[in-house]
Amino acid sequence: MIKLFEHTKQVLVVTLVLITSLLSGCSSLGVEPWERDVLAKKEMALPTSAVDAALDDHIYFSKEASSGGRSFGGGGCGCN
Amino acid sequence: MQLIETTEQKQKQKTKPNLKGLLTTATCALLGTQAHAEVNTSDDKWRFDTAIMHYNEADRVTATEAIIAANKTYGNDEVLSLKLTIDALTGASANGAVAQPDAQTFTRPSGNGQYIVEGGETPLDNTFKDTRVQLTGQWTQPLSDVFTISAGGNFSKEYDYMSISGNTNLTRDFNQKNTTLSAGIAYAYDVIEPEGGIPKPFAEMVIAGFGSDEFDQAFADSRLTGDDSKATVDLLVGLTQVINRNMIVQMNYSYSSVRGYLTDPFKVLSVVDVNGYAQSYLHESRPDTRSKHAFYAQSKYHFGHSMLDTSYRYMTDDWEIDSHTFDVRYRVLFASGHYLEPHLRFYSQSAAEFYQPFLQQDDVLPMYASADYRIGELDTYTLGLQYGMPMDSGNSLSMRLEYYHQAPKSDGSASFGVLNDVELYEELDALIAQVTYSF
Repeated sequence: MIKLFEHTKQVLVVTLVLITSLLSGCSSLGVEPWERDVLAKKEMALPTSAVDAALDDHIYFSKEASSGGRSFGGGGCGCN
Repeated sequence: MQLIETTEQKQKQKTKPNLKGLLTTATCALLGTQAHAEVNTSDDKWRFDTAIMHYNEADRVTATEAIIAANKTYGNDEVLSLKLTIDALTGASANGAVAQPDAQTFTRPSGNGQYIVEGGETPLDNTFKDTRVQLTGQWTQPLSDVFTISAGGNFSKEYDYMSISGNTNLTRDFNQKNTTLSAGIAYAYDVIEPEGGIPKPFAEMVIAGFGSDEFDQAFADSRLTGDDSKATVDLLVGLTQVINRNMIVQMNYSYSSVRGYLTDPFKVLSVVDVNGYAQSYLHESRPDTRSKHAFYAQSKYHFGHSMLDTSYRYMTDDWEIDSHTFDVRYRVLFASGHYLEPHLRFYSQSAAEFYQPFLQQDDVLPMYASADYRIGELDTYTLGLQYGMPMDSGNSLSMRLEYYHQAPKSDGSASFGVLNDVELYEELDALIAQVTYSF
């Protein structure tokens, strides 16, 4: 557990540096509040369908060695 | 005329079974609250997503999974999400042993039976049968104009497996909500209690004398305990950025550390002689820790009459598994509200450092070894098509059909003797069919 937190500290520092630079870069991007019509469409949601994403995560978690990334790693099953 | 139509509609509504009303009552009963008139008001009501998915591998596993997800947004933008998942799995799963020219006899992991695999066939244990029930809940609420917090839990139970987890996530909006940063943490505790117990690492599968007292004694000696557990900590940081009116991107970094029993108690490795003939089968052994890093990026672009959704994930872990996942969905939107969405997914992983398809009789036993092809070198792809259509009163129906192909690869181990005449890396095909109804 101690090892985990040592590692986490390094990751947090790198992440904070990245975030700061990204935020300054991101401030020139985006839209005004009244320009969100397209972004508000159902198909632009992240993820498009939570149910599809959950079913896919379950399949690929049990058939491949990777999980997570988009959200917290799959699991909760002794899938074979 | 208008009046007549309205009366007819009312009668129709009366005679139709009110599924939404029933589910709302059931959800409220579970929460210990009252249904009131919430069902009939336009705001502040429950939304349901229901889906049934059937997964079918040729000659192997068949699974059916049903989901009911309920979602409610309250007055101050608080969101409550509840989800019930039930799945049933039956069929055969590769036990890790290599195919042989002659028939092979194996003992089931429970010790209660044996099965014979014909010559030339990849050994599959055909007794997998499980039913899983999973309950998930998540509460999300704004803390201020820019901060939102979310917390949730999950409980999952099957015959020989239990998982319980909790998570919390904080998001902060910047730049008129065009930029959102999020950070979350999750903890999961899983317990496995396989029928027949947890095998000792590299214990030999007991086969001879099945049914005798000697067999029972030898089987009991090959077992360590009745159950074991693992604990997982996940950390996730993410950035969501609106690029312009038609485009949004998301980037995540996640770290996962798991500690405990990570071995598969149902998998074995063949020990072969110099001619490739299997002499015995040893239970696999994996390290008891694993750390994974994943980088994920997704973008969505709306073209007006279509939408392109692409994502990529790179994962690397201390078992030396590296993987790349590409996913592309292109949704063609028709004026009627119907849509058609082709889907392509490519996945490629390298093998865990301790993966080996078999052990050799004269070699020194390694510290860890597994012949599970799912942690070997593996390429897969998915081809899919989804069709969706709007229904009355904002409801929607969609169907999807997908084809999934797995192609395990050689890790470079030279095969010899009779192993040259059998398929060590058998490919696998599966079909996935799903119907989703949202109301």
